Amino acid sequence: MSGATRSLPVLLLQNTVSVFLAVIAVRANPAMGLELYLDLLSQPCRAVFIFAKKNGIPFQLRTVHIFKGQNCSKEFLQINSLQRVPVLKDGDFILTESSAILIYLSCKYQVADHWYPSDLQTRSQIQEYLGWHADNIRSIFGVPLWIRVPEEKVNRNRTYMDHALQQLESKFLGDKPFLVGQQVSLADLMLLEELIQPVAVGYDVFVGRPRLAAWRGRIEAFLDTELWQEAHGVIFNILEQMAKKTLPVPPPETQKYMLLRISKIP
Amino acid sequence: MGLELYLDLMSQPCRAVYIFAKKNGIPFQLRTVELLKGQHYTDSFGQVNPLRKVPALKDGDFTLAESVAILLYLSRKYKAPDHWYPQDLQARARVDEYLSWQHTTLRSCCTRAMWQKMLFPVFLGQPVPPETLAATLAELDRCLQLLEDKFLRNQAFLTGSQISLADLVAITELMHPVSAGCQVFECRPKLAAWRQRVESAVGEDLFQEAHEVILKAKDIPPADPALKEKLRQALQGLLQ
Repeated sequence: MSGATRSLPVLLLQNTVSVFLAVIAVRANPAMGLELYLDLLSQPCRAVFIFAKKNGIPFQLRTVHIFKGQNCSKEFLQINSLQRVPVLKDGDFILTESSAILIYLSCKYQVADHWYPSDLQTRSQIQEYLGWHADNIRSIFGVPLWIRVPEEKVNRNRTYMDHALQQLESKFLGDKPFLVGQQVSLADLMLLEELIQPVAVGYDVFVGRPRLAAWRGRIEAFLDTELWQEAHGVIFNILEQMAKKTLPVPPPETQKYMLLRISKIP
Repeated sequence: MGLELYLDLMSQPCRAVYIFAKKNGIPFQLRTVELLKGQHYTDSFGQVNPLRKVPALKDGDFTLAESVAILLYLSRKYKAPDHWYPQDLQARARVDEYLSWQHTTLRSCCTRAMWQKMLFPVFLGQPVPPETLAATLAELDRCLQLLEDKFLRNQAFLTGSQISLADLVAITELMHPVSAGCQVFECRPKLAAWRQRVESAVGEDLFQEAHEVILKAKDIPPADPALKEKLRQALQGLLQ
């Protein structure tokens, strides 16, 4: 609208129309707020969940049970055609990839600086970690939650895991309290959840690694007990469910997808 | 000393960093680290990056590895034009999303395609089972489809109407299988058109300069025996 002056009756009419239209808009499309599509069996989903909860970010949790094939449903395909979680939906804006989601939330909700520090060098070090993490942790630490994997592959995978953890401790953690700097950051959450995964299925990667165990303890202390339980209840229950055979058998599409994921893990 | 960039233009992420720095007129000293000559195993390079990977950056006392981290550092420190890594929250998130996705997808299969099709047989003298290569090329095909369907869609560039870090990282990856003789753009007109746009935005001369080494990969003489064994062992993971 131009800045030209208008007579008072016209202004009143315009304002009334604007208010009327705004009311229509709100009723027709009530603000959904932030939605997070998560399965707490998934490592990156837990990182996003913990981050949002710890920072008091209001969101609607949309649970997507991978085991029940809910990521293959028609509804979810509208959200993410790649059938992956986590997914963020903020109004019409849909975002995948946990690190992108964490960074988006950090900036939008202006969380405490230590999560994703604004200092150029520190922030770069977080990105450096996330890059290494993608190739060396995420691609190696995927643990099959459903089928049995041949012994030979398990042993080979453990060798890769050991190598990655050695590099992690020497290059990234060192003698520092956290991965980057003196406080918890996005990097720590991403790593923590990947390491919790093998622990949950009975391979405790923290045994024999006191520095890593101490680091985990620090994060656990930082997140309160209730949040810790809430985030990890599902995954820590997995062995019991497998023993009691109460774990749902994934539908064929999901099985295919899981087998593909497992075949990519060295 | 000023900014030093440790690069081998045989490596896709190194090319992305090189192009970005040159395009944005960022002054740097190029320190070439020839991977195929084992130069990443030297003590001096170990000081710069104990993980012995390129690209690596040294800015005074500050060292940094990982191409995405390096690109973001340079972008911010040297105040590159906004379109490379936008300030706008959602536009930036799109770039972050691509840069994250590409690690275990496009990057992984482009690396394996190059090594399995060309570098293992020609440079290391180790034949690769045809089924392994076929599976890798099938995966590459799937990734290219995803690139078109999920990211490019009907946009001019991967994350919008202007070139960003995502496009630079993607194009330098795709030139890897191209150099190995794989069909990447031939049956994909949408992707081929995108490639033209990216090359124009970067500048044809700079693009050629960055890719001169990799495009001559088939002429690389075989590795010397001592190095061959060391490299072969280190790279077995690429045969999956």
